[in-house]
Amino acid sequence: MDIDLITNILYAMIMTGTPLLLVALGEMVCEKSGVLNLGQEGMMLMGAVAGFIAMYHTDSYILGFVFAMLVGVAMSLLFAVIALQLNANQVAAGLALTIFGTGLSAFLGNDYEGKQISILPSLAIAELQHIPIIGKAIFAQNAIVYLSWALIVVVYLFFRYHRQGLSVRAVGEDPSVASNLGLPVMLIRYLSVAFGGAMAGLAGAYLSIAYTPMWTEGMVSGKGWIALTLVVFASWRIERIILGAYLFGFASIMHLVAQGLNWDISSNLLAMMPYIATLVVLVMLSRDKQRLKLFEPMALGKPWHRSS
Amino acid sequence: MSNVKRLAMLGITKEYPGCKANDEVFLDIEHGEIHALLGENGAGKSTLMKMLYGVVKPDSGSIIWNGKPVSIDQPSVARGLGIGMVFQHFSLFETLTVSENIALVLGDQAGNSKTLADRIKTTSERYGMPLDPDRRISSLSTGERQRVEIVRCLLLNLQLLILDEPTSVLTPQEVDNLFKTLRQLTKEGCSVLFISHKLHEVTELCDSATILRAGKVTGHCNPKEETSESIARMMVGEDIAISNDCRRSLGTDVFANIENLSTTSTGQFDVALKNINLQVKRGEIVGIAGIAGNGQEELLKALSGEDIHPNSKSITFAGTVIDQLTPLQRRRLGLAFVPEDRLGRGAVPDLDLCDNALLTSFDSGLVKNGFLRKSKIVELADKIIKKYKVKTAGNHDAAASLSGGNLQKFIVGREIDQEPNFLLMSHPTWGVDIGAQVAIHDAILQLRDRGCAILIVSEDLDELYKISDRLGAICDGQISQFLAPEVLPLVKLGQWMAGDFDTTTADNKGVSQHD
Amino acid sequence: MIKLVPRAQASAKWGYLSPILAVFLTLIASTILFMALGKDPVEALYTFFISPIVNWYGITELLVVAIPILLCAYGLALCYRASIWNIGAEGQLLTGAVVGTVMALQFVDSSSAWAMPLTLIAGMVGGMICSGISAFLNLRLNCNETLVTIMMNYIALNTLLWAVYGPLKDPNGYNFPESALFGDSTLLPILFEGTRLHVGLLLVVLALVVTWVFMSKTFLGFQIKVLGLDKPAAHMAGYKQKKLAAMVFLVSGALAGLAGAVIVTGSTGQLIPAISPGYGYSAIIVAFLGRLHPVGITLAGLLIALLFMGGEMSQMILNLPRSISGILQGLILFFLLSCDVLIRYRIAFTFKRSGLTATAKN
Repeated sequence: MDIDLITNILYAMIMTGTPLLLVALGEMVCEKSGVLNLGQEGMMLMGAVAGFIAMYHTDSYILGFVFAMLVGVAMSLLFAVIALQLNANQVAAGLALTIFGTGLSAFLGNDYEGKQISILPSLAIAELQHIPIIGKAIFAQNAIVYLSWALIVVVYLFFRYHRQGLSVRAVGEDPSVASNLGLPVMLIRYLSVAFGGAMAGLAGAYLSIAYTPMWTEGMVSGKGWIALTLVVFASWRIERIILGAYLFGFASIMHLVAQGLNWDISSNLLAMMPYIATLVVLVMLSRDKQRLKLFEPMALGKPWHRSS
Repeated sequence: MSNVKRLAMLGITKEYPGCKANDEVFLDIEHGEIHALLGENGAGKSTLMKMLYGVVKPDSGSIIWNGKPVSIDQPSVARGLGIGMVFQHFSLFETLTVSENIALVLGDQAGNSKTLADRIKTTSERYGMPLDPDRRISSLSTGERQRVEIVRCLLLNLQLLILDEPTSVLTPQEVDNLFKTLRQLTKEGCSVLFISHKLHEVTELCDSATILRAGKVTGHCNPKEETSESIARMMVGEDIAISNDCRRSLGTDVFANIENLSTTSTGQFDVALKNINLQVKRGEIVGIAGIAGNGQEELLKALSGEDIHPNSKSITFAGTVIDQLTPLQRRRLGLAFVPEDRLGRGAVPDLDLCDNALLTSFDSGLVKNGFLRKSKIVELADKIIKKYKVKTAGNHDAAASLSGGNLQKFIVGREIDQEPNFLLMSHPTWGVDIGAQVAIHDAILQLRDRGCAILIVSEDLDELYKISDRLGAICDGQISQFLAPEVLPLVKLGQWMAGDFDTTTADNKGVSQHD
Repeated sequence: MIKLVPRAQASAKWGYLSPILAVFLTLIASTILFMALGKDPVEALYTFFISPIVNWYGITELLVVAIPILLCAYGLALCYRASIWNIGAEGQLLTGAVVGTVMALQFVDSSSAWAMPLTLIAGMVGGMICSGISAFLNLRLNCNETLVTIMMNYIALNTLLWAVYGPLKDPNGYNFPESALFGDSTLLPILFEGTRLHVGLLLVVLALVVTWVFMSKTFLGFQIKVLGLDKPAAHMAGYKQKKLAAMVFLVSGALAGLAGAVIVTGSTGQLIPAISPGYGYSAIIVAFLGRLHPVGITLAGLLIALLFMGGEMSQMILNLPRSISGILQGLILFFLLSCDVLIRYRIAFTFKRSGLTATAKN
């Protein structure tokens, strides 16, 4: 295995892991407030198609990403109204969001299949990108990758040091108590869900603008679901998402590794890798049920309605 | 005393679907007094307090605070006025630390975390309730958690402290400490509103009292000038028998035998059972007192089979070792169980009473070849409803639509009707009105007289003294000896509840758990 | 001000009305959607909802589409009654089709009477393997069932692709990703001459009756209901939770696998990559819309099948992408979940402000 291959694998691993990192970060914030949104896949698809369409018509990366995030937020609010306001089962509402997003994105993107846009260029830092092995992976990525790192830091600091971060955790542990103490439970949950939507929209647009760049029906292919596992994998700790996302990024680029090493394995079997990796990780994490419960926000997924 | 009262609540009314929780309630509190709000469970005490604290909005009526009308629509408004409240179920976040919990409530007043921690330390020590600001709530005892709640109120400019049933989670000794703190507070001019249904505490502590029954005020009095009997009448009304006679029974042969039962705790909040020895004879009621979270749940689950501890061989039912048997197999040996949570464990909230009768009575001829016998099921449900006077529109009402007391009568009836050999009960009359309490106690006593072994776990010491044939206590997974209630003074039971098991078990932990 | 007021007990009436209202709202939404797309709403609605079933052949085609959806949905309803969020019907259907194909290919040149039944059984086994893995991961290794089953869906899809591009590819098929055509003895007999409606319909009727009786008349069905509504109560009562859960997993896997085998033996006659346009996912909606009751599911399944056919029709006649049926399916589920709020809450219109400020000056 030569240096070039390792360099390229590291680079591709981070590039592939970035959308997972973004969605998982958004979903983690959402889950910290006690809301389980299984609609990530649907929101990502909508983000992907929205970003692609905006980019195709305006040729502006910023508009593409911003539009995708807005669409992601709109989708998440749809979920929030049903799951929080109308008190529907969160699992069912999340599934509905995914089904709806899958259908709507396929419909909206119908005319855009096979269309071309220019890929988001990488922002290489001239001097540093040639550092052996890690240079390309860290210093020759595109703007969204850098943004994802910034977001991780910001969210980490928010939960660590900001009092509102404490409020989010409190609401996720016991909304009734939080409400008794006068915290605006609904507002906090709405904002957390919306942040999750924005991140999913951004991650979707990353796929259709910065990663492939094109739109195909169902192109997210399970990344939204994998991100949900990632949150569990990170045991609801922000810093651990990074590790998890890039690990899954690596599992997703097994075909590159196989190519580089001249393995002769069916590409369909290699395409199973991220899903199998997810199952393996789930098994390892779930062995100790009690330990898992230790980190999970206590009110996660439970409907709550202020009684007054 | 000045003319202006600390607080006046005028004609407060609040209606919930199906019940009027408060009906034209008037309540006055003076400066620096301890005022009792008395009433049975469900009389509307908690609702009234929640309206005062801004958690619930009244339908009509007004609140006068220090002479001025106020509108309290948010807990933060109440806190701004100087009203602090300690809820019956604590408003604390288990995974956060003491100072994080306090910072959440104080908001901008909290300042930076360093000065807040110092303030917590000084205030808590001044009132005799020392606290470590950096401990997580999950690691604190119930008594310590209550301190956090009170200190959190004290850090505001406190003028009125509301305590909702504060003593139900404390040992008798801890209660004395709390009363000292409260008296110190009133000397400094703060008023206290003390919600309770325990008469002896009220006569000991309070300067005046307001009594609620079914959402209405039925009397104001000075508790020191009244007898317990006269206050009790105001609480429950004229037409209900307040107590029933209880004959003691010695029991015959041992049915359930627990020898050296020890478990390891499986979860964060579980308590490990340590070397439990206990016999329950046919025809006797054994009572276990204790503060919640000292291993009661774990003991009951070990007996019911909800927790099965591998390799354990400590429990026998009529000579059969049952540790590894499933809950179903234990039921078939004659076990019946009334769990603490009636909705969600004792009964399925969304199912009707027929289905809830079937829930555990499936062996009473209700199932044939795997198929349900609908007519038999309806018959059984109707029988339980009639025999135990369950107030309901019919057997197709969902369990969730019944009041707590009525549902409890149904569940107790369902289990008793299976004619068990061994009945496990947790908090048999918690939150149940006096009428239903008497009915449930009667049913239990009759079952005992028919030769059933009965084990009752409760936090209500009055109840345990009333119906137990032998009484003991559990603390931190250890169990005391058991004595007849007549020869067991309350002080001694209090020591046991605090883990001070005196001479007999001095070898493992003679020193008190609490200081 | 509109307020939600909790009901003293869940309303049985709204349990039935909610899906009907949801379908009605979906019709309104689709009318608006068609108008927004510049179509004549009357013509569009006719094309979408009526034209697929104006004649006998259309109705039989509707049933052909409904067969696999219904088989999946009955099984899912069992899972959802037990509060097991199995969304793996799609994967179980696909593995059922693959394993069924392996069996069918043994009989390509045979006229054995065993060919068809064995193929169907193989399909059920295939579905049970897929759901059995999920059940094992969920029940033994504590993994979240939603994530496990969705991952199994992707793994099953890739298994299918691997199979048709690799070991099951027809050696005489000009390198198309398709299996060999099945022998006649393997194919499901047609019920009515001139249509494609096959005996799979009888399997659906059988499944309908059996699941109905099972759910409402047996103690096992009751235990599953309790398990789903209230785990601690099931535990307290001594029900064998893991066995019950494993049973519903396996039964739903067998039914979904059967659906896969029915598709390859009844509709396509060979294994191809596109055997399911998401039937397993639509079955989730069908199960919910049918209130987890076999009769309701049957009606809901026919409706969703109609949406699939309406999508095809509108593509042909209105020149709209067929994915419009996906939107409508999502919308139905949204509306259903929203209308369900009326089961537990009633809507109250309040006109007065909080009493406090109004009466505060005495």
